[in-house]
Amino acid sequence: MSQDSSGPAILVEGLTKSFGDVHALRGIDLAVPRGTILGVLGPNGAGKTTAVRILTTLLLPDGGRALVDGRDVVRQAPAVRRSIGLSGQSAAIQEELTGRENLELIGRLYHLSRPESRSRAAQLLEQFDLVDAAGRPAKTYSGGMQRRLDLAASLVGRPQVLFLDEPTTGLDPRSRLGMWDIIRSLVEGGTTLLLTTQYLDEADELADEIVVIDHGLVIAAGTAEELKGRVGGDVLEFTVPDRNRLSDAVTAVAMVGESEPHADKETGVVSVGVGGRGSDALVDGVRALDAAGVQTRGLALRRPSLDDVFLALTGHAAEEEELNGKRRRSRRSKRDETKATS
Amino acid sequence: MTTATAPTISLPDEPGLLARSRWAVSDTLVLARRNLLVWARVPAYLVFTVIQPVMFVLMFRYVFGGAIKIPGGDYVDFLMPGIIGQTAAFASFATAIALAQELKKGVIDRLRSMPMARSAVLTGRLLADTGRMLVTILIIVAVGYAVGFRFHNGVIPAILMVVLATVFGLSICLIAAFTGLAIGDEESVQAFGLIWLFPITFLSSAFVPISSMPGWLQAFANNQPVTYVINTMRALAIGGPIEANLWKSIAWLAGIFIVFVPLAVRAYKRAS
Repeated sequence: MSQDSSGPAILVEGLTKSFGDVHALRGIDLAVPRGTILGVLGPNGAGKTTAVRILTTLLLPDGGRALVDGRDVVRQAPAVRRSIGLSGQSAAIQEELTGRENLELIGRLYHLSRPESRSRAAQLLEQFDLVDAAGRPAKTYSGGMQRRLDLAASLVGRPQVLFLDEPTTGLDPRSRLGMWDIIRSLVEGGTTLLLTTQYLDEADELADEIVVIDHGLVIAAGTAEELKGRVGGDVLEFTVPDRNRLSDAVTAVAMVGESEPHADKETGVVSVGVGGRGSDALVDGVRALDAAGVQTRGLALRRPSLDDVFLALTGHAAEEEELNGKRRRSRRSKRDETKATS
Repeated sequence: MTTATAPTISLPDEPGLLARSRWAVSDTLVLARRNLLVWARVPAYLVFTVIQPVMFVLMFRYVFGGAIKIPGGDYVDFLMPGIIGQTAAFASFATAIALAQELKKGVIDRLRSMPMARSAVLTGRLLADTGRMLVTILIIVAVGYAVGFRFHNGVIPAILMVVLATVFGLSICLIAAFTGLAIGDEESVQAFGLIWLFPITFLSSAFVPISSMPGWLQAFANNQPVTYVINTMRALAIGGPIEANLWKSIAWLAGIFIVFVPLAVRAYKRAS
């Protein structure tokens, strides 16, 4: 059981963890084959970070077991640390030091010799397009560059299994795309990757398999296509500019849809699954809205996204967070951010 | 798949006890060096650790000094051990703030997920802070000499005074390491440091003879560790009875280490 290199890179069985009354994980099972990307998808507070912290030996589980690269994360923690890399939600780099110094420091802490640390740092700076900035303190870097440096730091020890906890949270759209390219190239090199995200498009784009976590439980697992199949057919979506008419719009299309319509009060976007009825549903929808006298914009039929999957599975949108009992919408702030940076 | 990625640089093999203790030392040194490098690069840190104590020396020597009468001695000789002790204690702010920052930014998480000695984050921090403290103390002694301070008791007691100041500062850094990791927020940590360090250093024999304080305050000032340590340092620097204060200082310092080493280690292990 010590060095089972044929088994899955990550194997998790019945993992539980509570913080006082909060049940962060309520029995999670995962199996990640070597050389693949698992996308762990869920809203804030779903338990994603807790799972990553247990798998990277930062936190002890209450129950269940977890093997990384064939080693038990509790009983063989030092061995696990030798096969993993971790890049967290914020850039864990020393801002006063240069990019090169940061990477060489990590190399030294992996007990590479000084020349080895130096050559590994040079290699990573090259790979992550940081050569020009290598001699500058990291605090002068853009957010995207800091995250790249952080990711580079997690690769210094050539991990078999890499954990990326929300690697693109807070990045502008262009840096995000750059990060995606980098992540894809890592897996081509054979690394196994567990990636948590609250962005559905990110999981869709990168992951071979996706598990959806909500309130500490895996509520769905499969490929992006399989999960989209769960929604069952197309989605009719439109925006209601006059928010006061939102409920009228929902009532009007409720008859057309196969499932309960979902309305976002902030953005005025209404979506409803229409099954396989495609264009018939489109026509019916237009008629119903017209009859109700509701003005709409951008009415269209589209293929389901993982957003719809999340909605269908949990009854709430992926980016609605529940904090201290208060519902906060991060969707709007995310849009604003996108607008501001584009 | 896995064979294709066989690393060209391989990590050292599974460590034995000897390798582990060697790593504990080398990891400590690597992190201490990093901490000193960061310290040297941030002007604010330099101001706080070098310029501020020098300003204290000049201010107490020339502004308040004239109004403070020391029975049978020179105020500057009385003052310097006090300033040095206070500076050593205040070095702990940097310890607490740095650890709280590292915790918040995830640096400690990264280090804990690596196959390095887990103790090194703490030992590397304390080693760097001790080195930094020593540099500050030597600068203050030099400035003291420029404004009239002299060691009157010989070289060895003078060296012992510096050693005692450093050990005292280290003990306060240890308390700060615990609070920094336990509180984990740099502003709160800083505020908390002020709340206990200011009174305990100023309500002591550091700057004025305790006999000049009101009686109720004397009761506190005469019986607290900073006074014991500074009286011992003063006796080492300029002579005078040492015995009673020395033993009380050693007892206090030992007590702090016994209590706060395990507390700091536990806070580090639990840090999240």
